[in-house]
Amino acid sequence: MSGLSFILAGMLAAATPFLLAALGELVVERAGVLNLGLEGIMALGAVVAFIVVYHGGGHVAAFGVAAVAGILLSLVFGWLALGLRANQVAVGLAVGILGQGLSSLIGNSYESLTITGLPKLAVPVLSDLPVVGGLFAQDAVVWLSLLGTAALWAMFRYSRLGLILRAVGENPQAARAIGYRVVALRLGAVVFGGAMAGLAGAYAATVYTPLWADGMIAGRGWIALALVVFGTWMTGRIFFGALLFGAVSLASLVAQTENWAVPSQLLSALPYIVTIVVLGIITSNKRLLKINGVASLGEPFGP
Amino acid sequence: MEPAPLLTLRGMTKAYGQVVANDAIDLTVGQNSIHAILGENGAGKSTLMKLIYGVETPDAGEVVWQGNPVQLTSPAEARRLGIGMVFQHFSLFETLTVVENIALIVAGPKAALAARIRELGQDFGLDVDPFAHVHSLSVGERQRVEIIRCLMTEPKLLILDEPTSVLPPQAVGLLFDTLRRLRDRGVSILFISHKLDEIQALCDCATILRGGRVTGRVDPRAHDAHDLARMMIGRDMPPPMQAEPHPVGEVRLELAALDHAPDDPFAVGLSAVSLRLHAGEILGIAGISGNGQAELAKLLSGETRLSAARCDEVRLMGQGVAHLDPAARRALGFAFVPEERLGRGAVPEMTLADNSLLTAHPLGLLKRGFIDRRREAEFTAACIRDFDVRTSGPDAEAGALSGGNLQKFIMGREISLRPKVLFVAQPTWGVDIGAATAIRQRLVQMRNEGVAVLVISEELEELFEICDRIQVIHKGHLSPSLDARNTRAEEIGRWMIGAAGVAA
Repeated sequence: MSGLSFILAGMLAAATPFLLAALGELVVERAGVLNLGLEGIMALGAVVAFIVVYHGGGHVAAFGVAAVAGILLSLVFGWLALGLRANQVAVGLAVGILGQGLSSLIGNSYESLTITGLPKLAVPVLSDLPVVGGLFAQDAVVWLSLLGTAALWAMFRYSRLGLILRAVGENPQAARAIGYRVVALRLGAVVFGGAMAGLAGAYAATVYTPLWADGMIAGRGWIALALVVFGTWMTGRIFFGALLFGAVSLASLVAQTENWAVPSQLLSALPYIVTIVVLGIITSNKRLLKINGVASLGEPFGP
Repeated sequence: MEPAPLLTLRGMTKAYGQVVANDAIDLTVGQNSIHAILGENGAGKSTLMKLIYGVETPDAGEVVWQGNPVQLTSPAEARRLGIGMVFQHFSLFETLTVVENIALIVAGPKAALAARIRELGQDFGLDVDPFAHVHSLSVGERQRVEIIRCLMTEPKLLILDEPTSVLPPQAVGLLFDTLRRLRDRGVSILFISHKLDEIQALCDCATILRGGRVTGRVDPRAHDAHDLARMMIGRDMPPPMQAEPHPVGEVRLELAALDHAPDDPFAVGLSAVSLRLHAGEILGIAGISGNGQAELAKLLSGETRLSAARCDEVRLMGQGVAHLDPAARRALGFAFVPEERLGRGAVPEMTLADNSLLTAHPLGLLKRGFIDRRREAEFTAACIRDFDVRTSGPDAEAGALSGGNLQKFIMGREISLRPKVLFVAQPTWGVDIGAATAIRQRLVQMRNEGVAVLVISEELEELFEICDRIQVIHKGHLSPSLDARNTRAEEIGRWMIGAAGVAA
């Protein structure tokens, strides 16, 4: 298998943890809330999903349990940040650390155990094409994530709910003045974000690399957070950003197997370097940020 | 039998900490009535409206709506009853289009909503493009969107909070026509204002508030402005004092074809702005808010700087300063009182003494790099005394002062610097009439002492009272200089909407 076809075949799966978490965070941030606890929520989702699969519960139950775990942890965040109006950055970091700690604790006796992932579902004919064929043989979660991305894009573009979320994020005072329950809507967004982060963790630990190792989320939550800004809060751009990260992280593997003259450490660091560079470019464009950005992001709101 | 009144309030009381904003207020709004709530800033008008619209809940009092007692616990509840509100600072979403803003309140497909918007626009003279983004609209257009948004819910009572403060004189007449048409179709209107002539022209009933209490319930058409003013401020209106003509000195501040395209896409760019300000005169910048005043103020104060190559676009005392920071400009004899008192003019959490230090430190308040607390307290006490600031003393927190008192303090601090050029943005915004008069007199006194004074204000009456010359800003363009003593308000109004001087 050539390097290119390897990357094409694997990049969707590599992108899925980023994508799921970032889409969840997109909804949260669009509603004006900044949840920095993604990394920890993903770790918790990962460990509970792994345990469910390891004990024979199957992947569907595993993803369900991971979503519930993500919701519970995000409710802690929601209670502190929205209920008590604590500083969202501080609470997000605290909840993230809590999630990572919990995942280490719960996963302690499962360290280095492995399970079986999910089978690939191939699109007939297309998956037999040379080079690009691998792109059309993906597991069920990848296909569902693609559907989910399209659904979210349509929600923000066409639906009333999307409009309301954007309104709440831009000007919560005004949204309340015209009769919306800002805190309830924001809590709903936080819960959705928590469930998505839990699913993202579950995918990472039970499908993408079906084994448990402490710290296996390895910064994916932070990259997902960066992706939301990277994509300037637009669903489509976040999708392509996630794809780019998936492809770049696979490129480092290709480099190692094919003995490229590039140091593999540099390639491993590439996703993070790309994040920094792109974030730098985007945040220097005030116009773009102001038009697409969320005006009340991170500000506590109380009626 | 007379029909039941639309809305009756009895004994409405609301306190914020020690401050009783509304003290046992009774109010009755009839059917098909335009009812004025008249009062100074701080009289409790806005609090009362928030109680009626359910934004705040009262500590005591009862509300009767069309004969039935009700609890107004949220704006959604008020809207369900048929109460709509147009806010003074608009509650529109800037990144959404007009029709999206309206879809947030009324369900329905966009095409149908857009048709309804056009229909209402024709019926009531509220013309606006349904698919325009709100951030691209003028202030007057935004107000129309707010009113349309309220009308879409078919309210029985429409509350307008100081609606004319954002409109040029010509648009006020149009708004009044719209409001009369609404009344004739069965919508009662609560019209909040502190402008007596507007209330006499429009309203059939007025409730006057002072210090949180009702001080009068009258038919404004049957009283003259003096009576209304006495009920509103508790004494006679101070007579307007037109500044006497005065010889002027050399040019102190000059803008030479200043262009500026701000980074912020919602801000207004300036193009070819030119003005000359002489010693011993007051130049006023009139205009509807949001036409570039904020950007102009930042360029003058030094908060926005240009490159050194363009330094001559802003000249102070004959020296190009457009590239200099605020401190360097102040060192040349420039003083600045910004529009936002809390946060830009003063730090709300700091004491008045520490706030004096912010700009007055060159007046010997420092000793070898350390703060001289004794001198600082003396300076602050002198400011408080000389400028009649009502406060407990130099140790009071700036945020605890009323708007008028804090403005007097900031003015005092800047005047004590003995500036050569004094620039004041919205000198009397949110200030009670007594303090406003004192501030205007002080500005005229500064002028008479030979200081060059530049004032940005949205209050045309204020500019006519104190200014020698007026220039009008509209969409980032500045009109030629107009003689304040020989120009009529209508002509300024034409410049305010960009209708003057186009063909000329």
